[in-house]
Amino acid sequence: MSKIIGHEDNINAIRALIKKHKKNDRIFSYIGLFVIGSLAIALLVLFLDLVIDGYPKMNLEFFSNFPSRKPEGAGILSAWVGSALVLIVTFFVAVPMGVASGIYLEEYAKKGWFADLIEINVANLAGVPSIIYGLLALGLFVYEFGLGQSILTAGLTLSLLMLPIVIVATREAIRAIPVHIREAAYAVGATKWQVTLHHVLQYAMGGVLTGIIIGMARAIGETAPVITIGALTFIAFLPPTPVSDVAPFINFAWLEAGFTVLPIQMFNWISRPEHAFHINAAATGAVIIILTLLMNGIAIKLRYSIRKKIKW
Amino acid sequence: MARKEILKAESKNFNFHYADGTHALKDINIPLYEKKITALIGPSGCGKSTFLRSFNRMHDLYAGNKYDGEIILHPDDTNILDKKVDPIEVRMRISMVFQKPNPFPKSIYENVAYGLRVRGEHNKRLLDDKVEEALKGASLWNEVKDRLQDLAYNLSGGQQQRLCIARALATDPEIMLFDEPTSALDPIATVNIEELMSELKKKLTILIVTHNMQQAARISDYTAYMYLGEMIEFDETDTIFTKPSKKATEDYITGKFG
Repeated sequence: MSKIIGHEDNINAIRALIKKHKKNDRIFSYIGLFVIGSLAIALLVLFLDLVIDGYPKMNLEFFSNFPSRKPEGAGILSAWVGSALVLIVTFFVAVPMGVASGIYLEEYAKKGWFADLIEINVANLAGVPSIIYGLLALGLFVYEFGLGQSILTAGLTLSLLMLPIVIVATREAIRAIPVHIREAAYAVGATKWQVTLHHVLQYAMGGVLTGIIIGMARAIGETAPVITIGALTFIAFLPPTPVSDVAPFINFAWLEAGFTVLPIQMFNWISRPEHAFHINAAATGAVIIILTLLMNGIAIKLRYSIRKKIKW
Repeated sequence: MARKEILKAESKNFNFHYADGTHALKDINIPLYEKKITALIGPSGCGKSTFLRSFNRMHDLYAGNKYDGEIILHPDDTNILDKKVDPIEVRMRISMVFQKPNPFPKSIYENVAYGLRVRGEHNKRLLDDKVEEALKGASLWNEVKDRLQDLAYNLSGGQQQRLCIARALATDPEIMLFDEPTSALDPIATVNIEELMSELKKKLTILIVTHNMQQAARISDYTAYMYLGEMIEFDETDTIFTKPSKKATEDYITGKFG
């Protein structure tokens, strides 16, 4: 357009121009709504389908029964206990290592080619297919370290998957802390460790927690690496209990026990020919989705409530 | 100079290079007199903030920056730029107030007490006393004494800046650095801070960077005019603003330039 608008007699031209530009706003918002709507509907349909199919099994007995050859009596007791115990190991391994790595890379590591190399590697780790981690764990944890096809091995394997998520989340949360807050702490004479402990870690906590929970939610649904290291598919016993009523009240025998996890139980039931087992599989799928959504919900809530307390 | 002043610190042939090679400060020689306010003025980018931040080794936080020459702190004649001198030691003796109020996202109390906490002070009674003393010293006590546990960001901008002054004051520094402390504040808050600085100089030495020449004229005892990384003129503030010896200084002060 070569004509310059802006004179009073051109007011109609201005209005026409604004109208034309605003049309683009509208078109984009329709496209966005359509895309996000179809995604939400797809998830909802999937979820509802699982819930409807699995509805007959959605009762307390399903959670308190072991798997069985008879589909009516079969439950997910060993699977959810296995998942829970594996996640406990994953949590205690991946969180300290991931947060410490994130802090080191962001606060302590000298910027240079070595830091860049680590950075690229961490970013790539997040994209490695999970079955590769399974193979690594099979070779390293099961055979090399002789940890066996145990809860410990599974927990370590899933923590490998979770580590890059925690590291990246920690680093991003740390980067969001403004320079002037950091300088304020240094200016009163704090050491790097004091700044990290009293400020960086505290202000980054919201983002770190979110990363941890999203990582855990990913770990709970992982199947391939757990199959690779040799999780059992049919298991009718529980691992030794981690807490006991005699001193020292905690034992670690459960770490060496065989196990199964929710997605493997589901996979096992799907591959059965009888329809009744498919109902069990659907119910298990619904449980996994609910757990995942619940964890994501907690992550969002935590982030929100922590952010509310921190303003720069 | 008619009066006999006690020298608190002085920069001697001080040069500063940023990591990218910029020669930001060239042979700067400026004395700081005890219990006086020294103002640094000059156009943006002249190096006055860089100079100020050298006094508590803030440049050490970023790799590749290089100091040459000396900044001697009296009476112990320590060269605070010496690599053997820990920057933390320097920051424990020389505190700083920044351009933008930067309280921690913690309570008012914790903000003021933080400098003592990093020094390992845990005695509750002593901390309470020090916090009260510092808040009184920053003339903020009456406004916040009933809500010390409130988060600091609930305060107004001017109050936040006085909180930052209290935080810097709580550790009994020998010198306080102010980096354009009022540039983010409204005129009333600015007057408060200026009055506060005149009060503070009874106890300690102050170095302030300001963009506001009236501010320099109002509060400082000595003024240094800097331009393109060089110190053009240093003298008593009255002299600088009434009969500067250099034409460049006069041009800047009278608004012909800058």
